[in-house]
Formats: sequence, C-alpha cells, structure tokens
Amino acid sequence: MESLLLPQIPDVHRIDIYEAHGGYAMLRAALSKTPDEVTAEVKRSNLRGRGGACFPTGLKWTFMPKDSSKPKYLCINGDESEPGTFKDREIFERNPHLLIEGAVIACYAMGVTTAYLYVRGEYKYWIDLVQKAVDDAYARGYIGTNILGSGFSTDVYIHRGAGAYICGEESALMNSLEGQRGYPRVKPPFPAQNGLWGCPTTINNVETIANVPIILRLGAEAYAKIGAPKHPGPILVGVSGHVNKPGVYEMPTGVPLVDIINIYAGGVPGNKPIKAVIPGGSSTMILRGDALEGVCMDAESLKAAGSSVGTAGLIVMDVDTDLVKVLQRITRFYRHESCGQCTPCREGTGWMEKILTRFCNDDATQADLELLLDVADNIEGNTICALGDAAAWPVQSMIKRFPEEFEKHIQEPAAT
Amino acid sequence: MQHTARLSDENLRRIEELKKRYPHPQAVVLEALWMWQGEHGWISEDGMRYIAQLLGIPDHHVFGVVSFYTMFNRKPVGKHKIEVCTNVSCMLRNSERILRHIEERLNIKAGETTPDQRFTLVEAECLGSCGTAPVMQIGDRYYQNLDPESVDAVLKELP
Ligand SMILES: Cc1cc2nc3c(=O)[nH]c(=O)nc-3n(C[C@H](O)[C@H](O)[C@H](O)COP(=O)(O)O)c2cc1C
Ligand code: FES
Repeated sequence: MESLLLPQIPDVHRIDIYEAHGGYAMLRAALSKTPDEVTAEVKRSNLRGRGGACFPTGLKWTFMPKDSSKPKYLCINGDESEPGTFKDREIFERNPHLLIEGAVIACYAMGVTTAYLYVRGEYKYWIDLVQKAVDDAYARGYIGTNILGSGFSTDVYIHRGAGAYICGEESALMNSLEGQRGYPRVKPPFPAQNGLWGCPTTINNVETIANVPIILRLGAEAYAKIGAPKHPGPILVGVSGHVNKPGVYEMPTGVPLVDIINIYAGGVPGNKPIKAVIPGGSSTMILRGDALEGVCMDAESLKAAGSSVGTAGLIVMDVDTDLVKVLQRITRFYRHESCGQCTPCREGTGWMEKILTRFCNDDATQADLELLLDVADNIEGNTICALGDAAAWPVQSMIKRFPEEFEKHIQEPAAT
Repeated sequence: MQHTARLSDENLRRIEELKKRYPHPQAVVLEALWMWQGEHGWISEDGMRYIAQLLGIPDHHVFGVVSFYTMFNRKPVGKHKIEVCTNVSCMLRNSERILRHIEERLNIKAGETTPDQRFTLVEAECLGSCGTAPVMQIGDRYYQNLDPESVDAVLKELP
C-alpha cells in the first residue's frame, strides 16, 4: 500500500512541499461541497476512531446539533499517553499539514468555529513543530477568517497539557482545557450536547483527523476498500519491546500480527519465541505468543481473539520476559494515573499493585491470586471513566491466559 | 496583594493574547503556569497566587490545578531535571540499567537532587517514545535509544 498518512516525500512537513503534492486541495474541494456532503462521505468511508475505542467517526460527527445558538468545538486529542503508544507524534513531526487540513475540513463539516489540539505537555518539541505548521497555514489562508474565500471561518489553537494520562480521556480533556483539574465527567450528558463550556463538542484522535483528507482524495468507496472491511483504512502501528526494528509503521488495517512483528519490525532479537504480545497499548488484553496465528490488526479480528485494537501500540515480549514484573509495572502506572474520583479505581489500583509487588518478591500466596482477580473484577465497569477498565483488563487477561506465570512466584507450601 | 516575583512583560503580553482564544481566562491557567515554571524553575505558592490574581480565579483553584499535573514542580528542582521512563516498553529494553547507571554517576537515588543543585533524577511514566526505548527527557528534550555510553555523553555535554 502507498503510504498515505506518512508518505515518503522528503520535507512534506513544510507547507510548500505539502502543497506541491496536492496538499490543501481537499480542503478546497470540501469547501465547494455542503457540510452534510462532507460528513456523509466520512460516514461512507467507515473510518473508525484511532484513539482507542474504534468508534465510527462519521456517525460521531452527526451527533453534533446542526443548529446551535452556542458555539461548537472540536477537540483533537493528542494526549498520547497510553504506554506503548507513540504514533500521533509521528504525524506531528512528519506530516502536520495533513492533520491541519483534516482539522479544518472536520470543522467545516460540523460547523465548528474553534478547534483545539490538546497535546501532552512532554511533547514540547513537537508542539513547536506543529505550531510552526499552524502559523504557516494561517498565513496562507487555510485557517482563519473566510478560508479560501468560502465565507467559512475557523481557528485552530494548540493547547499544551502538563502531565496526566487521564487527560486523554475525552471528558477529562475538556476539563483540562477549561483550566480545571483533569477529572472525567459523568456521562450523559454527552459532549455533542454538552461539552466544552457546556457547548456542543466533538473529540477525535489526531490520527483519525489526519485520515479525513485521505478519504476525500481517494473517495469514500475506495477508502473503505483498504484493509479490513469493517475497520478500513491506513493505520499507524507502533511496535515496541522485543523486536529488532521498533518504530511506527503505516499499513492497511488487517495485517496479521506475526507479519507486523516479523516483516515490518524485523522479528525478535535472537529469533527467540514470543511469549506474549499486548496488541494495542497497555490497557488492551494480553495475548499468548503461541496463539497469534491468524490474529490481525483490526477491530473484528482482535475482538475475536479476546483483545482490542486500542491505539495499535503493539508491545512484544520474548520468551524470557517475566510477565508478572511487566504487569506490576503496568498496574503501578494505573495507580499513579488514577484521578482518585472513584473509590474502586483509586483504592483498587493500589491494592493490585501491592499484591503484584508481593508476587515480584516471591512472597505471594494462592489466596493473593484470587484476591487480585477479585479486585480487578470489582473495578471493571464500576467507575466514571474507562481508566478503571484499562487497569483491570491487563490483570484479568494475564491471570486467565498466563496462570503459570503467577504460579512461578507463589510460595511453595512449606514441606512437611 | 503585592508579589515579590512576577512574570516578564513579554509573557504578560502573551497571556493577554492567549486569553482571546477561550471564552474564559481560566483556560489559560496551564500555559501561565508553564510560563512561571519557565522563568522560575518551580511554582511557589506565591506564584500560584500571582497567577490566580492575573486570571481572576480563586487561589485554591490554582493550587488544585498545580497539584493535579505531574510536570509542575512544587518544590525547587536541580538545574537539569532528568526523567527516565521506566514504563513497560522501556522496561523491556532495560531502562532499569539506565536508571541505575545515572544513579551511580550522580550518586543520588531516583527522586533526589544532587547537593550542588545541578541534577534532579526522577522516574517517568511512558513518554510516548516507546519505539526508541529506553528514553529520558531533560527539560524539553528527549534522549532516545539510550545506553550507558550515550547517557555519559549527554551528562557531559549539559551546561
Ligand atoms: C484513560 C483514558 C485515556 C485515553 N487517552 C487517549 C489519548 O491519549 N488519545 C486519544 O486519542 N484518545 C484517548 N482516549 C480515548 C478518548 O476518550 C476518546 O475516545 C478518543 O479521543 C476519541 O477519538 P476517536 O473517536 O477519534 O478515536 C483515552 C481514554 C481513556 C479512558
Ligand atoms: S514506555 Fe518508555 S516511552 Fe513509552
């Protein structure tokens, strides 16, 4: 497949080069259609969100009220803090104008007059790169007042976070943008009715928005034929852990995980067997290395395998990995990042970390294993936002699929 | 209330510009705190009160915001704050060794500052750079694909 999100065009991050390769032509094309036609095109493409939940993007856009006495907002989610995820950064660095073009088209489709790109605070270097691109786009009239003479106006602002994983959760992101602590909000009301400052708001991931000009360029029907039929399009897969060539690879959805590991990422060092993979960032359910045959990087395939696409951050672990240590570290992360609003998550993540630390110290009992699962089961589904589930799923799936890893660390009953 | 420390005129002008981007000045609080930390290295209670006054929001609101976000220093830190990612992808590529190596070089433990106030060392959560693990951040810069030798080179070249 031709690279669409990260094309092999030298310096395409520069506006001149981007324009020379057809950049911003899709914005021009979109502005000559009606907003509803643009939304319909995105809907027909079957694009699904790349932020973790695979929600159909066009459908999400239709939730925005057509007539609103209040301003409407678009939040572009560049918080990118899920361990194992480092793909949006690649768009910031290598193709920021694709993101900007997509953002303005999305604004036009939804009648949004202000878009905020929320980027994690650590990415200061990349924020400066994107800011430069935004400034250039303003200077050429692709953002701002009366864009390309169409009469449509919108602004795009970058908003820097300050270190909090939870601010990637869409309602926490809105609170953070408003200058509050990043606490998730209770839903309903949903953002399309009552989002930023109580106004209609849509939240989309960076990569999702970057797909929009591609859809218009190829046409929805051709786009929908790329990759897996129910979850089509190009996707950025970040491969990390025990591979020879870690990195972000663009591919159609639906590529077998073993091909991603062996062909794209150059295989496992020393050709060691794979013990486990986490397919889509730390919160997705872990899979056994010996059960990867036929499992592909798309929503349907990974669901059938008992996991999910998440952010397509594929973490590979070879046969010598101590999975309990991995799980302890992941759980420590969720404990640290729990915002503390909901008791099951605030307390439960701490308990799970403590129990897992006992396993790491070879100081755990069989009862600890049962307790661990019990705590995880009591977090899942019992919190305002999905951080609780994100903390529970790795624990539940690891216990279910790798019981032997825990048994290794359980104290032998004293010999009599 | 009089404040002994303040933001530079340039930053104050910038804040006025930023306020126009949002319906409420409160939305500028993170950016104002970033400016304060940029100028002063850390955010004192006095600084929080100053920013509260500047944006016309309650002091306690700014206190609450500062304590929520991990990148804001609520205590003075060394001239260089070294943040070593130890999350899963870095861990699989031996971030532990990097952390221990820096601890030895600086003769401090993670969480501590060297007596000459030059370095503060902390463990970081995933920095969004897992494909170039192990990774550390110092100030705004990322240092990637680390090994003990490259860490030494970085430490040597820091002012
Ligand atoms: C704890 C938590 C963290 C999240 N972090 C991110 C993130 O960093 N980036 C992102 O795009 N979505 C993140 N999400 C998902 C968002 O809530 C939201 O679903 C997404 O931004 C919607 O965009 P999409 O429809 O384009 O996928 C997170 C969700 C949760 C529960
Ligand atoms: S785990 Fe270290 S950068 Fe992601």
